Amino acid sequence: MFITRYIKEVWGAVKSLTTGMKRTLYYFTHHKEIITEQYPDNRDTLVLPDRFKGEVVMPHNESNEHRCTGCTACELACPNGTIKVITRFDITPEGKKKKAIDKLVYHLELCTMCGLCIEACPSDAIKMAQTFEHSVFDRNKLTKVLNNPDSKIMEGVE
Amino acid sequence: MYKEPEILSNYALGSNSGVSLGEGDFQINFGPQHPATHGVLHLVITLNGETIKKVEPHLGYIHRSIEKMCESLTYRQFIYVTSRMDYLSAHINNHACALAVEKGLQVEVPARAQVIRVLMDELTRIASHELWWGAMAMDLGAFTPFFHAFRERESINDIMEETCGARLTMNYMVPGGVMHDIHPNFQKRVKDFLQLYKRKIHEYDELVTGNIIFQNRMKGIGYLSAEDAVSYGCSGPAARGSGVSSDIRKIYPYEIYDKLEFDEVLETAGDSFARYMVRIKEMHQSIRIIEQLIDNIPEGDFQAKTKNVLKLPKGDFYTRVETARGELGVYIVSEGGTTPYRIKFRSPGFSNLSVLDHMARGSKIGDLVAMMGTLDLVIPDIDR
Repeated sequence: MFITRYIKEVWGAVKSLTTGMKRTLYYFTHHKEIITEQYPDNRDTLVLPDRFKGEVVMPHNESNEHRCTGCTACELACPNGTIKVITRFDITPEGKKKKAIDKLVYHLELCTMCGLCIEACPSDAIKMAQTFEHSVFDRNKLTKVLNNPDSKIMEGVE
Repeated sequence: MYKEPEILSNYALGSNSGVSLGEGDFQINFGPQHPATHGVLHLVITLNGETIKKVEPHLGYIHRSIEKMCESLTYRQFIYVTSRMDYLSAHINNHACALAVEKGLQVEVPARAQVIRVLMDELTRIASHELWWGAMAMDLGAFTPFFHAFRERESINDIMEETCGARLTMNYMVPGGVMHDIHPNFQKRVKDFLQLYKRKIHEYDELVTGNIIFQNRMKGIGYLSAEDAVSYGCSGPAARGSGVSSDIRKIYPYEIYDKLEFDEVLETAGDSFARYMVRIKEMHQSIRIIEQLIDNIPEGDFQAKTKNVLKLPKGDFYTRVETARGELGVYIVSEGGTTPYRIKFRSPGFSNLSVLDHMARGSKIGDLVAMMGTLDLVIPDIDR
């Protein structure tokens, strides 16, 4: 009959409404189950996993030396043309010519953080940094030179 | 006298569909900036009052010519682009490409890499279905499920971040295996997630599945018969909701799926609620697969030794995998060089969208959102 069906439907609606509200009430009283992170406020304590792919950096040691030999493996591995290696020839004390990097230009605006350059590098010269706040007001600032000025290649890295 | 260009009259109403703009009919544009279309999908809907007479999808707003781009990338490089197709199952897309390249190279993938790949695939499937669940409930007007879904998805994303280094577009698969070994914490984190999931999954049924408003909006809406599902090329949960057995993991097993115990979820009702239940039950099956594998990851290499420069032999290679949305096919034509001659992706979203017009005719405009929700459309997957 219409009336019984109508009452049944109303009763069903009230029942499912209270089931939903019970969940809401549960979380209203159980604050520990809420996992919201207050992002800009927790910046100091925020720890990202060490594999996080943020941007490409080139680590230098205390005496301003890096491990890059200028082999352009990263440049060839990159799908987007993000990395450009500019090399020069140094004269070693023995009088021989030796290839070295002049600049390793990195275009952050083109980078998709796929990590193929890190995989391709034979001498572990570059790695991914755990940064993620990349926005700047001037887009030229996104083009970076990864090697420090006057940096040299580390002894023993071929 | 003005003569309508031929290309326009081909697309005019009534030319190929038997629907003409009669008295009292009108057209509205649903999207491309409508929040319920999940992206830039543009539907031109012909309405008579509230009744839908025709739905015409207009595509191309997010076309990035991924297939053409792949032709200029090497076999190692092109895998990362496919994460941008169906971004919610990025792992599975990468997996399909890696499988196609391995088929050409005749590389044997180590057992450890296979298990890691399957684990990651199933985690991605759960994450994708969870996002779908939240977003679909939000389309229908329920706001809370969205946050509940993201809570569980967040713990999967944390696992991905720790092992693969990224949360959404991981690029973890490489030809011959995976890029890194799993993180030492991986097994513990996945077990924690399984516990959390089992503790919270009843909320899904309480909040949405058992809700009478939700059921009334889903049951009997968007009926799709098994014959139509086959003839439109539907795959994944959209086809399985109509009782069409289409799970690639069962029919054409790849990696170790033939050794695993899981059921292909089939519902026969063919309406929106059936498609909803298929996805909910698929999450349970994925949990079952993960439970079988998480303690049995074999020791060994995580990557087979491949050459520095990959060259596929002349010929064409086709592989298919089951993504969270259906069947993804990758077709590579190789001329023997370092880059593919042609790549074609058979994406599940495109075929699933094509059935929408057939499904929606005669129903009300309010139900269109429910139908689109259960088809689980990801627009970059449709346009590529």
